[in-house]
Amino acid sequence: MLIFSFFKTLMNTEITVELKNEVSIRGTIKSIDQFLNIKLDNATVVDELKWPHMSSTHDMFIRGSVVRYVHIPPDKVDIGLLEDATRREAEKSKAGAA
Amino acid sequence: MSADPKKEESDDNAEPLDLVRLCIDEVVVVKLRGDRELKGRLYAYDSHCNLILGDAEETIYITNAEEEDGKVRTVKKQHETLFVRGDSVVLIAPVESIK
Repeated sequence: MLIFSFFKTLMNTEITVELKNEVSIRGTIKSIDQFLNIKLDNATVVDELKWPHMSSTHDMFIRGSVVRYVHIPPDKVDIGLLEDATRREAEKSKAGAA
Repeated sequence: MSADPKKEESDDNAEPLDLVRLCIDEVVVVKLRGDRELKGRLYAYDSHCNLILGDAEETIYITNAEEEDGKVRTVKKQHETLFVRGDSVVLIAPVESIK
């Protein structure tokens, strides 16, 4: 839930999604759901020479499970807020389990 | 659970992820599937081991299958802020515990 909320704060920013099959796709994040499926607009493949068959797609839906990394612009991240939220979430899930 | 507040922090009800919680804002080493390793500052995690790391250095270990001399090539990449999906994560360790 925490990571989902975090991605919602990144709406309309430029991100690069690195997939498990080594393809990297750069685009504007337009939507995210609880499975961390991502909808990207104006998407381009980072290494077009290596993956020419992908260059014809512009808006895309990426299934969350095929994502390895998401590269996030550092200026969009409030580190203190993120760390506090993580600690709070950890406490909460522990209390819930007990 | 135990009524004794001291007991709350004792080892017998500690969860594995408590170690990760103590690593928030510390430098951690994360081993990943596909012969990859990341070293960076831990900003956030969740119960799926989804992570957000800052100033992460990625090391990819590449073994050349053709020359069976056991040589491993490494490729290093630097990332500013990185989300890592939990299903690729193998282990998370605080950096001072790796010697």
